[in-house]
Amino acid sequence: MPEIRVDETRCKGCELCTKACPKSCIEMSDTFSVTGYYPAKLAKTDCCIGCGLCAQICPDLAIAVWK
Amino acid sequence: MELVNKKPSSLVDIKMHYCPGCGHGIVHRLIAEVMDELGIRERTVGVAPVGCAVFSDDYFNCDMIQGPHGRGPAIATGIKRSQPGCIVFSYQGDGDLASIGMAETVHSAARSENISIIFINNAIYGMTGGQMAPTTLIGQPATTCPKGRDPKVNGYPIKVCELLSQLDGARFLERTSVSTAQGVIKTKKAIKKAFQNQIEGKGFSLVEILSMCPTNWGVTPLQGLKFVDEKMMPLYPLGVFRSPEQEGGQK
Repeated sequence: MPEIRVDETRCKGCELCTKACPKSCIEMSDTFSVTGYYPAKLAKTDCCIGCGLCAQICPDLAIAVWK
Repeated sequence: MELVNKKPSSLVDIKMHYCPGCGHGIVHRLIAEVMDELGIRERTVGVAPVGCAVFSDDYFNCDMIQGPHGRGPAIATGIKRSQPGCIVFSYQGDGDLASIGMAETVHSAARSENISIIFINNAIYGMTGGQMAPTTLIGQPATTCPKGRDPKVNGYPIKVCELLSQLDGARFLERTSVSTAQGVIKTKKAIKKAFQNQIEGKGFSLVEILSMCPTNWGVTPLQGLKFVDEKMMPLYPLGVFRSPEQEGGQK
């Protein structure tokens, strides 16, 4: 199953990926990252299709797409 | 499992200083990916602007020079004419390119200098604190027009692509947006075409990219995407305004 891995030290919690995801798999974490933002996370299992649109719109290169 | 989106080697692997939801990071990545794909990193020289992207020389893994406000096209002209083998791009914002650098932009287009300009249009001055830019929309508040831009006092927004499309020297003009993932993919294609035109010696190329500045617009990043789609796009329609294939033709 494809998945995304969010680099929490890079994510600034802008939420652009949550809107870009066609399957609405991404949600914001409810705990702070070390940089003081609420980072994005893959909220549902077996949801990601590995389209990479979240990584396309991520301004901070925080999302790695694994397939 | 394998990593699908490897980080481009033309981008230094450090964190960027831009605000959450800013479009600069996206466009930096796209330029770096294009440099990787065309294999031109070793001979590329970039011109960093005055504005938020003034530190882009820290991020691009190619030769960079930082110019005075608005003088990017003039510096790029000098580099390209003295080193014709180099690929030269100028990265500029709307306050930089459409305000103080308007003369340099128009004349480098008129001379059809063989350079590529990446123009970020976010309808406001970013780094200096959200002042009204030449591209600020009618009614849009900014720190120097807190009640919104009033055309009686402040005039009307400048549409750079439409303006330059009147010049025969401007060979490739396209306006794209990075407010959606699909728009990001189209933007990358446009940037690639601008660099390819330069490699093939076709002359002046400019890509105008509608981008978000949530901090100075006073909105959240998601509202920023909506602002680009609903407010900016009606005034700044996307599309190709000139291309080398359709000589002399406007869209």
